[in-house]
Amino acid sequence: MTAPMDAPESSQHADPEAAARGSGAANRSLGQIAWQRFRRDRIGMAGGVVVLLLILVALLAPLLASWFGSPPNQFHQDLIEPLTGGVLRDPDDPAEGIDPWGGISTEHLLGLEPVNGRDLFSRIVYGARTSLLVATVATLVCVVIGTVLGIVAGYFGGWVDVAISRAMDIFLAFPLLLFAIALVGVVPDGAFGLTGNGLRIGVLVFIIGFFNWPYIGRIVRGQTLTLKEREFVEAAHSLGAGSAHIVFREILPNLLTPILVYSTLLIPTNILFEAALSFLGVGINPPMATWGGMLDNALRFYTTSPHFVIIPGLAIFVTVLAFNLFGDGLRDAFDPRSSD
Amino acid sequence: MTTHHLAHAVPSRRRRGRGRMTAFSALGVAAALLLAACGGADGGGGDRGDVDAEFNEGESSVVNPSDRTGGTLRYAISSDFDSPDPGNTYYAFSWNFSRYYARTLLTYTGEPGEEGTELQPDLAEAMPEANEDFTEWTVRIKRGLRYEDGSEITARDIEYAVARSNFGAQALPNGPKYFQNLLADSEDYEGPYANEDDPLAGFGGIETPDDHTLVFHLNRSFAEFPYVLIQPQTAPVPPEADRGERYQSHVVSSGPYKFDGDYRPGVSLNLVRNDQWDPSTDPTREALPDRIEVELGVDQNEIDQRLVNGGLDVDLAGTGVGPAMKGTLITDENERNSVDNPQSSTLRYVNINTVLEPLDDLACRQAIMYAADRDALQRAWGGDIGGDIATQIMPGALPGADPSINPYSSEGHEGDLDTARQKLEECGEPDGFSTSIGARSDRPADVSTAEALQQSLKRVGIDVRIKQYPSDTYTNTQAGSPSFVHENDLGLTVYGWAPDWPSGYGFMSKILDGDAIREAGNANISELDDERINAWFDEVVTVEDPDERASIYTQIDQRAMEQAAILPVVFERTVLYRPPNLTNAYYHVGYSMYDYMALGATRD
Repeated sequence: MTAPMDAPESSQHADPEAAARGSGAANRSLGQIAWQRFRRDRIGMAGGVVVLLLILVALLAPLLASWFGSPPNQFHQDLIEPLTGGVLRDPDDPAEGIDPWGGISTEHLLGLEPVNGRDLFSRIVYGARTSLLVATVATLVCVVIGTVLGIVAGYFGGWVDVAISRAMDIFLAFPLLLFAIALVGVVPDGAFGLTGNGLRIGVLVFIIGFFNWPYIGRIVRGQTLTLKEREFVEAAHSLGAGSAHIVFREILPNLLTPILVYSTLLIPTNILFEAALSFLGVGINPPMATWGGMLDNALRFYTTSPHFVIIPGLAIFVTVLAFNLFGDGLRDAFDPRSSD
Repeated sequence: MTTHHLAHAVPSRRRRGRGRMTAFSALGVAAALLLAACGGADGGGGDRGDVDAEFNEGESSVVNPSDRTGGTLRYAISSDFDSPDPGNTYYAFSWNFSRYYARTLLTYTGEPGEEGTELQPDLAEAMPEANEDFTEWTVRIKRGLRYEDGSEITARDIEYAVARSNFGAQALPNGPKYFQNLLADSEDYEGPYANEDDPLAGFGGIETPDDHTLVFHLNRSFAEFPYVLIQPQTAPVPPEADRGERYQSHVVSSGPYKFDGDYRPGVSLNLVRNDQWDPSTDPTREALPDRIEVELGVDQNEIDQRLVNGGLDVDLAGTGVGPAMKGTLITDENERNSVDNPQSSTLRYVNINTVLEPLDDLACRQAIMYAADRDALQRAWGGDIGGDIATQIMPGALPGADPSINPYSSEGHEGDLDTARQKLEECGEPDGFSTSIGARSDRPADVSTAEALQQSLKRVGIDVRIKQYPSDTYTNTQAGSPSFVHENDLGLTVYGWAPDWPSGYGFMSKILDGDAIREAGNANISELDDERINAWFDEVVTVEDPDERASIYTQIDQRAMEQAAILPVVFERTVLYRPPNLTNAYYHVGYSMYDYMALGATRD
């Protein structure tokens, strides 16, 4: 999460106006102004803090699980009532029936999963890894493809623009979910040198990234169209700069802010998409924990173990909300005019 | 295989619908279901008084016996018929239900318990007679049997019905093709739709010397041929009424009920009494209700709620209530007496491939058998209510099934790890090995089975990777394709099997006979090609005495267990809700659901 501060700094050097003014206490850079605005936006800040925490949780999953839970795939079937799959109120006395709270205790902070009795806290924490990994890498793929094709379309115009813009329309019209279900089913194990969940994650990243890039691409193209008419680009032109120089030194740095903002907003969409695919059983293979997969499993037990529906549901909810608030906050901070 | 394919294709379709919805908002669904859960808890009440029956009484006896006629019997199902055309269906519930309007040559005895697996004549006058080597079977049908329009049912109509469902490129697609596979002198016959003038020209497999006699010529000995004659494909079809697959919209009835209006796919099928049916010729149909209604495509949760609230009499699919209602019913003391929990003839099991390394070594396969924690595996199916731990292959109701076959016993069914380690050493893999397990992603219990087995094998160092496949293609192109199995290292595959007919042959021949291995749609997934077992299968079809056949089946079962080709998990139990107003309800072993022909309702 150092990105929001890094990116504007680099744009500071690239923005000829800012560079001309030089640095000074009164002449703050765009990045500094944005940071000031963002700090005043409490909701955006809250979102940012939660996002930061989630990333920490994902990174530290093994530590957290060993401190506060048990290994994510370890069964505790001695605590489970076999007929309903619910968690026993008292493992020593099965006649006591099942615990409506799903076995939430100091030993198992979020209770246990029905049937297998795996520790829910550990699985939620490990699930954060899967969700964030897939969503972030897929978003990176979107950003790379979207930025390259968006700049090419916007900068070169003409038939190149027509071709790329139509391609974006086609990609956006694609029935993504159906395609994903079909593709995950047919990609053979061992394809691209990947097996098991490596392959599954690769396929998910590919599908999500490859078909969502137009969302970034369109924005980049639009921005490029305006940027290339700006004085500093024309000045560079008249000084004899080549296309490569203009694209990389003049235009791209000015695109970093919108790309950052929109990719932050794309991450929650991708998290939901990953969850949906796991829910449909075409995502990650068990026993690897995923929030969507847990939710799918939970629906069988919602009458006897409601906690199993609520907890992964809340995890998805909180994550998506946090990323959205954070992204909105970033957008407002960088471009207050767009907020209303 | 009937119940296997069909019955279980149903929940998967149901799940698809749910999944689609949730793709848009996983949270929305979670919230909605919670609301539903709350609503269900207090909405299920109602004043019905005490139920005069016990938990699971319907498995072994007729609950609520009554000869009260009249009223409407209301069915509903979350999916649909593959087709109500008796010549074009493979769903177990459809075989059961179609008897309302389609009589077959033979039928099951209408009794609870094992007796239900015995056969009796229906259209036939007596049981079929075979020649010495079981290659020629003669059946005579009763005289004076009539269709709903009053015309007489002839042997030729039955021959025609068999032809349309089995032969030619336009043969009806859904049903099994046993006749095509077994009948002699029919290789060049192109089916009844290829020759409009004389539809049966060139069909040498069945001879009809007169209007009431059928002679079946088989291309090999087959002592269990009578079981083939209970199929709805032997229900007569008047050739002039046949419209191919469209015949389903109005099947010409030979039974106690006829279609009231057309069958409307996805919507409804209604039946009314057929006054041309003569009860004195019919050994098995009670025909109590005056009217039968089927609602199609009703959400499973709604079906379950309506069953409990008295708004519905039977869930047509016969596979039991959905998981949500199951949890409610088994924890509710008052409702328990309205629940039947019979053992079906479905075996849930894991194939252990006999070809892939290192599982080609018997000791390595046996290590898996010893290390498996059967208690954990049973939990994946819902404990005692979900199924009984299986230590042999053949389900208990089949003749020859022997629960004492238990070569891999362990304390508490939790696995014998010491012996497992010995076996690993024996096969040269003392530190264990790694392989993959295939499971159907849209079958939660399959996936749970894979997870439980993964955990239990880990205890001896056998490292198992879970691979999921969609159930639509699993039986045909993934687990069902030996080359796919080999390429993807699927040493283990989670599977289920139910017999097409209740005998060792009907149950085991496709999953254990080496001659049954095929390139696609393979059911012998462990690729067991054992000389002794193959020879027994060849021998058994020439044995007349059912008891002798049963003892051969016991030997096959024993040998297959010793060869560790199949890790049996559970003999599945279903949780059926039996509404208090339903009369004559009992579980029929042949169909693995209530005998629909016996049912009546005490409500008008």
